[in-house]
Amino acid sequence: MSLMTVERDSARHKQLRLAGLAALALVAVAIPFFFGPYRVSQFTLVLIYAVAVLGLNLLVGYSGQISLGHGAFFCLGAYTGAILLDKTSIPHLLTVPAAALVCFVAGLALGLPALRLRGLYLALVTLAIAIATPVLIKRFDGLTGGSQGITIAQPKAPSSLGLADDQFLYFLSLVVAVPLFWLASGIVRRNVGRALIAMRDDETAARTMGVNLATFKTRAFGLSAAYAGVAGSLFTFANGFVAPESFTLTVSFAFLAAIVVGGLATVAGALFGALFIVFVPVWSSDVDEALSGVIYGATLIACMYVFRGGIMGLLRAAWSRVVEVQGSIKGRNQDEVAEVAVAGADQRAGAGAGGVRS
Amino acid sequence: MPAACGRDSSSGGGGGGGGSASADPGITKTSIKLGGSYPFSGPASAYGTIGEGAKAYFKFLNAKGGVNGRKIDFMTLDDGYEPPKALQNARRLVQQEKVFAMFNTLGTPNNLAIWDFLNQQKVPQLYVATGASAFGADIKSHPYTIGWQPNYVTEAKVYADYLKKAKPTAKVAVLYQNDGFGKDLLGGFTEGIAGSGIKIVKKETYNVTDPTVAAQVGRLARSGADTFLNITTPKFSAQAIAAVAKSGWKPLHILNNVGADKNLVLKPVGLQNAKGIVSTAYFKDPQDARWKDDAAVKEYRDALKQYSPKSDPEDAFNMYGWTVAATMAKALEQMKKPTRAALMDAVRNMSLEQGTLLPGNKVETSPTDGYPLEGMQITKFDGQNWKLQGSLIEAKAQ
Repeated sequence: MSLMTVERDSARHKQLRLAGLAALALVAVAIPFFFGPYRVSQFTLVLIYAVAVLGLNLLVGYSGQISLGHGAFFCLGAYTGAILLDKTSIPHLLTVPAAALVCFVAGLALGLPALRLRGLYLALVTLAIAIATPVLIKRFDGLTGGSQGITIAQPKAPSSLGLADDQFLYFLSLVVAVPLFWLASGIVRRNVGRALIAMRDDETAARTMGVNLATFKTRAFGLSAAYAGVAGSLFTFANGFVAPESFTLTVSFAFLAAIVVGGLATVAGALFGALFIVFVPVWSSDVDEALSGVIYGATLIACMYVFRGGIMGLLRAAWSRVVEVQGSIKGRNQDEVAEVAVAGADQRAGAGAGGVRS
Repeated sequence: MPAACGRDSSSGGGGGGGGSASADPGITKTSIKLGGSYPFSGPASAYGTIGEGAKAYFKFLNAKGGVNGRKIDFMTLDDGYEPPKALQNARRLVQQEKVFAMFNTLGTPNNLAIWDFLNQQKVPQLYVATGASAFGADIKSHPYTIGWQPNYVTEAKVYADYLKKAKPTAKVAVLYQNDGFGKDLLGGFTEGIAGSGIKIVKKETYNVTDPTVAAQVGRLARSGADTFLNITTPKFSAQAIAAVAKSGWKPLHILNNVGADKNLVLKPVGLQNAKGIVSTAYFKDPQDARWKDDAAVKEYRDALKQYSPKSDPEDAFNMYGWTVAATMAKALEQMKKPTRAALMDAVRNMSLEQGTLLPGNKVETSPTDGYPLEGMQITKFDGQNWKLQGSLIEAKAQ
């Protein structure tokens, strides 16, 4: 039994949602004033990773296409930003849409093989791209600085704001991340999101219902890559330095771990996933430096077992004990789509290696 | 930073003000906190041992009472050889753990990733574990950064110097790694042989990601060169030695210091194949029988056994860590005030002989000389061990 019951889309329900969002906003704005610069830089990373993870979740969680190579788009975004800042004098913020655009196009291009390849085969193609990326960067060293990398000036806080640089970077990332989250939650709630989910669950059925598979698959790749690109360009701001060693396979795998830990096919899950990949490795190497990899892995496995459906799944279950939402739905509600999505993800996970459909 | 931010103003880690007597963060009357970032995991984890050697030295020193009554607390974090992690580690060590200085962080890209941050924060970035000449070349823009080991340009000039005497008309074939490290060495060598009878007749490169260098060595072997300059990192050094042995090419083989580890490189390809290879050294190799009864090396062995029982005293990386830590301790001892600026003063005005460096080798700096060690000695592998040749050669990078 839950503590309270509300009618869906009633004034009360809307108030509750608004209150929740307001609380989240308050926490997000308060963070840089409550923590020291190092912690703030960690939270900045959380925001940056959350954007990339959200992009990957749109692709893997919603559209059901597996990418093991999202680190490559993240890298491409980071280098696009760094090269622009290095070779031209454009303002920092303009590199963000530039990185998004470059990665969107690259993502569309990668979406083409995705039309013919599924499951593991697609996963391998994306993996190959992630492996090739650092090598390519070293080849084109005239542009990329090769293995020496590129150093750029980090964005400085305008003195009128009265913020320290680390606080400014945090807010900059927040200002970019919030609209992207808003956009994603809009997308998955509307037709596009439903088309993606339908495509993931049964391609034939989706086609029958009028979903143009080619269009949606490539666009899902493009959009997802654009998110990773934006995150990459913010990553360049946060580090002030890019080098090929910054974009090893571990980045791609961390993103993948983050979407599963956060919750497949959830928007807010990206935030929890990002918190996980930023804080858990640090914590695990504090516990024991030599065993940090083992502890990190064990924590990951434990999360899979304990939180079916990721941290978002757990939160939803806990929330439903507090508030029960009743009533029919006008259109489809985000939660429900997500529940369907999680169920679908479980199902596919159950299908195991046989999941590569002919 | 305005008070409205709710931050205490000491958090940034400002530089040591000129006249103020107050201490900077990370140093008290009884302690000094240092921080370092090493690859304890990942592809370069063999280098992590350096951190262990350094820690053993500080423990050994603390047991004797520390530096001017201050015990050294050396906190290390793992970066897996990834630059963004090194940067996060540096932020944590400076802003959260409030270290007094960063010491001996390993790797060229990792140090490049953190040097702007550390110089902005005015935190010393001392004795970085890389031979890239960049870290000593630009004192003005990065006054808080300094290297330690002989840089790659210096090393290359030592080879040039040696060749001019041993083989004044050498025809040299060069294999080099296609990155800053390889180009530093090749550039230094080219500069070193300028105006002499020595000629580079063929160059081949490889990338760290290449599976093998056998094809490159094959082409060099057919070039008609009589000297092979092998500028490679350990895995490729071993491959190149094996390829030379197989090809029947009998050049004078010069192998750079990075790849000249007996246990790591020479043993796997067979010691007989390494006979006659020439390289350089700048500290006492614990594997060299010549130093068996050397007091400083004995002290090192005993202390390592006591304070880092898991470490192998034969591993030259431990000796490296031990020796660079001794330089660090000396700099702290010579610091006139407990401030970061005073530490940099000490670091930039040093002339120091150390027991575990090769005889005659000195850590020497001045406000305009940012390269502490610039002396190296030629060594030759006799089929069993590296044997020192001639005397110490000094070569300035600039």
